[in-house]
Amino acid sequence: MALDVFAPWEDPNAKPLIQFQNVTKRFGDFTAIDDLTVDIFEQEFFALLGPSGCGKTTMMRMLAGFETPTEGQILLAGQDIGAVPPNKRATNMMFQSYALFPHLSIWENIAFGLKRDKMPKDQIGERVEEMLRLTRLEKFARRKPHQISGGQRQRVALARSLAKAPKLLLLDEPLGALDKKLRQETQFELMDIQETTGTTFVIVTHDQEEAMTVASRVAVMDHGQIVQVATPDVIYEAPNSTYVADFIGDVNLIAGKADPQGDKLHLHWADGQPALVGSPLAGITKGQDLHYAIRPEKVSISAEKPADAANAIQGEVHDIAYLGNISTYHVQLPGGQIIKAQAANNRRISRRAFTWEDKVWLSWTDTAGVFLER
Amino acid sequence: MRRMTWFNVTSLTLGFAFLYLPMLILIIFSFNESKLVTVWAGFSTKWYGELMRNTAFLDAAWVTVKVAFISSSLATILGTMAAVVMVRAGRFRGRTMFSGMIYAPMVMPEVITGLSLLLLFISLGMDRGVFTIVLAHTTFAMCYVSVVVSSRLVSFDQSLEEAALDLGCSPVQAFRLVTLPIIAPAVISGWLLAFTLSLDDLVIASFTSGPSATTLPMKIWSSVRLGVSPEINALSTIMILVVAIGVITASLINKRNVVRQRREEAAAEKLA
Amino acid sequence: MRRLLIAVPFLWLLALFIVPFVIVFKISLSDLAVAIPPYTPTLDFAEGWAGIKAFFAELDFENYIWLTEDDLYWKAYLSSFKIAVISTLLTLLVGYPIAYGIARAPQEWRALLFMLVILPFWTSFLIRVYSWMGILSQEGYLNQVLLWIGVINEPLIILNTNIAVYIGIVYTYLPFMILPIYAALEKLDISLLEAAEDLGCSRFSAFWLVTIPLSKQGIIAGSFLVFIPTIGEFVIPSLLGGSRTLMIGKVLWEEFFSNRDWPVASAVAVVLLLILIIPIVLFQRNEQKQREADQ
Repeated sequence: MALDVFAPWEDPNAKPLIQFQNVTKRFGDFTAIDDLTVDIFEQEFFALLGPSGCGKTTMMRMLAGFETPTEGQILLAGQDIGAVPPNKRATNMMFQSYALFPHLSIWENIAFGLKRDKMPKDQIGERVEEMLRLTRLEKFARRKPHQISGGQRQRVALARSLAKAPKLLLLDEPLGALDKKLRQETQFELMDIQETTGTTFVIVTHDQEEAMTVASRVAVMDHGQIVQVATPDVIYEAPNSTYVADFIGDVNLIAGKADPQGDKLHLHWADGQPALVGSPLAGITKGQDLHYAIRPEKVSISAEKPADAANAIQGEVHDIAYLGNISTYHVQLPGGQIIKAQAANNRRISRRAFTWEDKVWLSWTDTAGVFLER
Repeated sequence: MRRMTWFNVTSLTLGFAFLYLPMLILIIFSFNESKLVTVWAGFSTKWYGELMRNTAFLDAAWVTVKVAFISSSLATILGTMAAVVMVRAGRFRGRTMFSGMIYAPMVMPEVITGLSLLLLFISLGMDRGVFTIVLAHTTFAMCYVSVVVSSRLVSFDQSLEEAALDLGCSPVQAFRLVTLPIIAPAVISGWLLAFTLSLDDLVIASFTSGPSATTLPMKIWSSVRLGVSPEINALSTIMILVVAIGVITASLINKRNVVRQRREEAAAEKLA
Repeated sequence: MRRLLIAVPFLWLLALFIVPFVIVFKISLSDLAVAIPPYTPTLDFAEGWAGIKAFFAELDFENYIWLTEDDLYWKAYLSSFKIAVISTLLTLLVGYPIAYGIARAPQEWRALLFMLVILPFWTSFLIRVYSWMGILSQEGYLNQVLLWIGVINEPLIILNTNIAVYIGIVYTYLPFMILPIYAALEKLDISLLEAAEDLGCSRFSAFWLVTIPLSKQGIIAGSFLVFIPTIGEFVIPSLLGGSRTLMIGKVLWEEFFSNRDWPVASAVAVVLLLILIIPIVLFQRNEQKQREADQ
């Protein structure tokens, strides 16, 4: 790996900024976080991704100090912060609702945290101006929160939480309230600001696209546990479980029995059908239950059987979803299972090659998909 | 949208006539020349003049305002604390009893509240007067204040307080700098409610006051038991007008603020 | 900090709401005496344990037995109950059409009409009751108008009867009835009525089958809000009612101020409280149900 790539999690000597050590959090009978251990490094843009109720918000609130772990420790720069109240922590949070103080102007909102630190007046002024410049809000300093638009409010919330130059910035669904177009623009803005300030960001989101776009690493969560922590490309290309594969993007999942054959692994998934071929997993025994995951865009669709494909299955076009730039074909296999295949629409629709009930061949290489044990 | 049916128009007209006609008649006859209140004998403001010279009424009015001001201010502080406890303190021992004590005084017949407080003051050997009325009024008014304030606190976005803590406030600072300014309208209307409740109260004040303190309602009461009098009509007119002007002004200000806020929000979205 | 926040209002209410009731209950078990205070026994800690024992030995339920023996009291309870039920129904009859009218008024009018309902609530209760004295008296405005039109030849006697009490209660408690019903009706989606009519209901049956059931919570809440305070009402029966109008609030007042019989007044209060607990608990339960339904 090249030296200029930012990947402290691969460096065994790197000191993590935040360490969750066997953290469990219970609310009454409900276990929100279940024996969770993870490290987050300085200057990372770390995303907690999962459906609602998976525990991601609880993790963030424990970092901010609004919840304390039932068991285990949370370390910030090596110090246990379990007993430190939120107002004494070097972390700041950007709230999902933005939580802008409606009775204070934009300027006063941004200065709020600085005033609590008893910073001298002229320094507060300078810092607020700097934050206003960073978030391009100079024109709105004197306005109240209800006098600016949703996108501007989002930037005020960001400016306010960054003003105290926290070691760690927590962002709770920061873009959830924005419409899609504004959200995409703002994602890049967030990344720019994170890079300029060098602050460590932890973002909570249920939007996988957002997590993939902004984060240096993504932690996919389910039922209070982290299922996988990895860079976005690894999460997408090499998910460690059907849960992750299914949660991130679109995927075809095929269940079957394993059959290791030399340096390849075969999967018997239906009687009378050729086995699927792929790269092996360690420690797989013959006859073991396995899943095969393949992304729709990696499946090619053709009228004739391709001569050199490692995997080729025949089926019938069941449905076509035309999405403009691409079309997704839902192809029914003889056993009834539906496999999705995507093809780019580089020709006009009238000259589309396949239509409903056409017999087609689906094919992909032996490295296109992955085998999953769970 | 359906048009107003004749039925709705009639019921509203009759209903509001029923609500306002008695007070209107009272106001009109306060300007009656004659001492005979039911016979119109020409326009005059002489009863207002009589009223202004009646020192017993003026003294009672002063006592009433004093009691109302002190008790509503105390009730606002205690009631706001109680509201915060009800909405924010979570579970604690005696919570059920606490909420019971908040709601019970509001449904308690005034004669019982008055009687029980009087017996308390007597068994403590306290001299009855302004101080005991203030204690009594504070007690029932704080319950009303706490209901008004807690209904505002329930809809208060708690992340605002969390944001204040996150930015370095202590819990007390967060309440003072963020929560209190935002719920201030509810606290103020709680105070106003407590103030008018105290101004109006006859029964509890009659029980808890002593010979040294007579409130305006007590004074009115001893007068109206003897029948309708033009002086009381004049006094009632003043009281009705003061309240009406106050309430209408408050709601106009409130409405103007709401309209302005809506307009500014719409403008902000358009500019973006 | 949290402890202090809870303790201050808690102790205040304990001292000025709960303790007084304990005292009322204690005095209701005492005997009348010509003394200051006018009852015995009084607790004398100076005599130590013997004093406390003597104190408890002298407490009895005599006053409660007295309440059952003298028919004035149970007649007063019964009559209060009757007056409260009748005036609650009357208030509902008058209040519902008004609430309905406001809820169906054009949007821009509603706030104004709503305020007009609230406004009397802010003005003095005593004055509002008083305003009817001039209207209902024998030579009052109502009789003048009726005689002038020629509906009647002799002036009606309304003031100092139960009818005047009903009018007074309906008048003063009307906002309490209108507000919860209006709140329920305002939430009601007009398209429900249109759907009912589309499915074959007449206007009236749509009202009966859709509007009334959906405003039930408001009707119940409003009825309790009128019924509960009416039972113990004192000002209205004293000013508008006659010598034959029996209401328990008035009896308690007279027992206390005129007869100076504190033990009996206390017993009257305790029984009144016990009677009121039932509707209060029912009301709370209804409110609870409402809150849960809203969530």
